[in-house]
Amino acid sequence: MTTHYLVLSALLFGIGAVGVLIRRNAIVVFMCVELMLNACNLAFVTFSRQVGNLEGQIIAFFVMVVAAAEVVVGLAIIVTIFRTRRSASVDDANLLKY
Amino acid sequence: MESEIAQIAQYAGDGVIGLSWLMIAFPLVGAFILLVFGRFTNRWGHLLGVAMSLASFVVAVLAFMELIGFGEDQRRQAVHLYEFIPGMVDMGLLVDPLSISFALLITGVGSLIHIYSIGYMSHDEHRRRFFAYLNLFVAAMLLLVLADNYVGLFIGWEGVGLASYLLIGFWQFKPSAAVAAKKAFVVNRVGDFGLLVGMFVIWTSFGTLAFKDLGAKVSGAENGVTLAIGLLLLLGACGKSAQLPLQSWLLDAMEGPTPVSALIHAATMVTAGVYLVVRSGAFFFPEGSGAALAAAIVGAVTLLAGAIIGCAKDDIKKGLAGSTMSQIGYMMLGAGLGPAGYAFAIGHLITHGFFKADLFLGAGSIMHGMNDEVDMRKYGGLRKYMPVTFATFFIGYLAIIGFPLLSGYFTKDGIIETAVHHQPVLGWLAVLGAGITGFYMSRMVFMTFFGQKRWADDAHPHESPSVMTVPLMILSLGALGLGAYLVLGGTLYTFLRPAVGGEATPPVFDFASTPGLVTLVLVAIGAAIAWVKYGRAEVPAVQPRGSFVTTFARRDLYGDALNESLFMRPGQWLTRIAVFFDNRGIDGLVNGLAAGIGGTSGRLRRVQTGFARTYALSIFIGAALLTGALLLVGNI
Repeated sequence: MTTHYLVLSALLFGIGAVGVLIRRNAIVVFMCVELMLNACNLAFVTFSRQVGNLEGQIIAFFVMVVAAAEVVVGLAIIVTIFRTRRSASVDDANLLKY
Repeated sequence: MESEIAQIAQYAGDGVIGLSWLMIAFPLVGAFILLVFGRFTNRWGHLLGVAMSLASFVVAVLAFMELIGFGEDQRRQAVHLYEFIPGMVDMGLLVDPLSISFALLITGVGSLIHIYSIGYMSHDEHRRRFFAYLNLFVAAMLLLVLADNYVGLFIGWEGVGLASYLLIGFWQFKPSAAVAAKKAFVVNRVGDFGLLVGMFVIWTSFGTLAFKDLGAKVSGAENGVTLAIGLLLLLGACGKSAQLPLQSWLLDAMEGPTPVSALIHAATMVTAGVYLVVRSGAFFFPEGSGAALAAAIVGAVTLLAGAIIGCAKDDIKKGLAGSTMSQIGYMMLGAGLGPAGYAFAIGHLITHGFFKADLFLGAGSIMHGMNDEVDMRKYGGLRKYMPVTFATFFIGYLAIIGFPLLSGYFTKDGIIETAVHHQPVLGWLAVLGAGITGFYMSRMVFMTFFGQKRWADDAHPHESPSVMTVPLMILSLGALGLGAYLVLGGTLYTFLRPAVGGEATPPVFDFASTPGLVTLVLVAIGAAIAWVKYGRAEVPAVQPRGSFVTTFARRDLYGDALNESLFMRPGQWLTRIAVFFDNRGIDGLVNGLAAGIGGTSGRLRRVQTGFARTYALSIFIGAALLTGALLLVGNI
């Protein structure tokens, strides 16, 4: 019954993960992260429905709140980096290394 | 044969003997003030030093007067001071004929040397510090002879070692002086080791270190334990008194200022070994024991070795140092003969204190007038330019070679005759030594005061100021008459008998004994040879090569070479091996470990590439592995 939702969730997570790994543009990477988060949300809600209690849905709300906060901070960082370096590529922001 | 040593009584009166700790306290306070208050005392520091030494002398004289007021069997008075180590050592002083004789010599001659030093050190900017050390030296030596137990004696013993180190190295800006001080200190430590272990054995065997209790516990018969203690104490005595095989520091100790040499050689320090042997005589060096025989042999060998070294030295102070070794050898020989020799050993020690201080201070006076030149080949004909120094030095010279009726004659002859009587071989060696003494001392006098002038161009010899010559005159008076006073009629013998034992009737001095006459003849021959070689003939201003015997003597009988090859070089090899092991072994392990960790982390560091996507991939792989592992163990 809920299998389709879980398959959809897994597909979305996979797309997000691959996007994070192969895309260079910080905005796209960011959106992929959001995609992964929402895939997780979908899984939580599905399981909540499957098990029959509300804990999964509550956690989904928490994830949304965290995601919103993350968007605020993350976008600010990306915009700042773009302003100083004229690039949104995550590979160009590699100063913090050995 | 009966040795009647009086019992030690607890002092009950309220006279000076009860205050005899003042003898030690005065110079100690002097040293303390001069060292702690530093240059604030520069202007009057030397006067304070002299005053403290004189005050100590006054106390010693008063204590002596009180002591001779007692009956003969009451003349060993112990003064309790305080409990030093509870249950083990009660610190106290023992005022008896032996210790008071030493105290009088130390403070008397010591004070004269203090006074002399005012003049001798007048141009030295550190004169105040010098007097502080002199006071410390006197205080330590007094503690050594006055303590009524071995622990107190040992504290004084170490104090003397410290003071001698400070004084020999007083001009420590000269590397040779610093090295000489270190050498004296190290060689003395070897002797101290013997004394210390000897004390340990005494404590474990007899359970006491106090002189007054030992008398009852040591029966007088020799056994393995007392022999071992005796030999260990003898090792200590050898170190302090510069006897073979620990003689090597004495000649180098001439690097100190001349008054120090006089103090070390005449009044303090080197006499400590003789004191130790005589003080322990009744316990561990009984007549005829192996330890006493060892002491006598050490003395006889050293007196010859010192005399031979003295023959070849051109440095006037080193010549005198050789003679000190030799004369202390006589005392050690006397101290190894049992009670019969003690009085002569102590007598010779006292007269030697006077004439050797006289000779050393005379040598200092010569150096003072000759721009600190010590090479006798650059002297010559000085008697007209330094009449007082010459007269006093000449009296000291006659006394040391044993010219009839002078001090050295009585005391040295006494030792020789007793030795010939008890140990004929050693006795005749001592006779031979006296002949050699006649040679090298005459050589010294002829090279210095007679013959042609061989001075350096800028030398303007002049007589020293009276602050230096007056002590010389007083000392030469002692060199003149003290021996006759002490020996004739057995004055010193009778005085010392309650402390060291011996037969009731003092030995009568024999003016015409065979050994005595042979000695005189040998001394005359020695002096005559010296006159032919150094008085009549011209002395070459540059040291001639000399035969291998001369070289042998010049190199101190290869004593230093022996020490170097036997102890120093193996020791250096040992330290080198230890350093190698430390550098390569221990440091290698620690450094290798650190280098390994450093290298590994240097490589691991490269993992931090700075590419966010790489990190993401590693997180992803890690999460996948974790999930896989959890699935595998079936926890999900």
